Amino acid sequence: MINVASEPFDPGAELSAFEKKASGAGAVVSFVGKVRAIAGGDPVKALYLEYYPGVTERSIGEIEAKARQRWEIEDALIIHRVGALEPGEPIVMVCVASAHRREAFEAADFLMDYLKTEAMFWKKEIRKSGEAWIEPRKEDYKDAARWRHPARNDEEE
Amino acid sequence: MARILFFGKLADAAGGRSRDWPLGEATKTIDDLVSALSAKEDALASALREKSVRFIINEMIAPRDAAISDEDEIAFLPPVSGG
Repeated sequence: MINVASEPFDPGAELSAFEKKASGAGAVVSFVGKVRAIAGGDPVKALYLEYYPGVTERSIGEIEAKARQRWEIEDALIIHRVGALEPGEPIVMVCVASAHRREAFEAADFLMDYLKTEAMFWKKEIRKSGEAWIEPRKEDYKDAARWRHPARNDEEE
Repeated sequence: MARILFFGKLADAAGGRSRDWPLGEATKTIDDLVSALSAKEDALASALREKSVRFIINEMIAPRDAAISDEDEIAFLPPVSGG
């Protein structure tokens, strides 16, 4: 399930509901990304996230489809905030349920790397010293590029 | 009248997130539109010409030389950044 949320969400409640829904799965991995309080030594006052309704949801759907092609995923949940957020607030949550842990860990990692670099969001940091639109760092692109290599399992077979 | 959408830093450069824009006969592609939009606005001109800018016509990614018409919604996207 994909949820582009304009209101705050409760990761604990979301995980609990997800676990109930995916009760047959042997493994559930969840990740929560939060708004940093400090960016480059500069206190962050707020984060503002923009999206393209319809197109953004579809871009996330394509990312999830890629993950499902690669791993045996029983269920997945992707929540991404938009609008104005304060430091400490959850901005993104990814939950993956699968039969065994490895698929769930890798798929969650993959989903986050692609959410960072391919999902259609634009974010502006309102810092103490001024405002700045944030673009993915070199490391973010490098993280996403890791998945272009064949999966370890494919090589072994 | 085409509907033009600007996202992220491009909205800052354009001074707004959307505008309705009559394409006129000379504006047949996205590239033409970039030139037309850039004619009067220096900040927008340099922002739209950055290599990292992508284009969407009616919710589908499109190349710079894609044809456009007055019924289209055309969006300019700077590099995305989620998570």
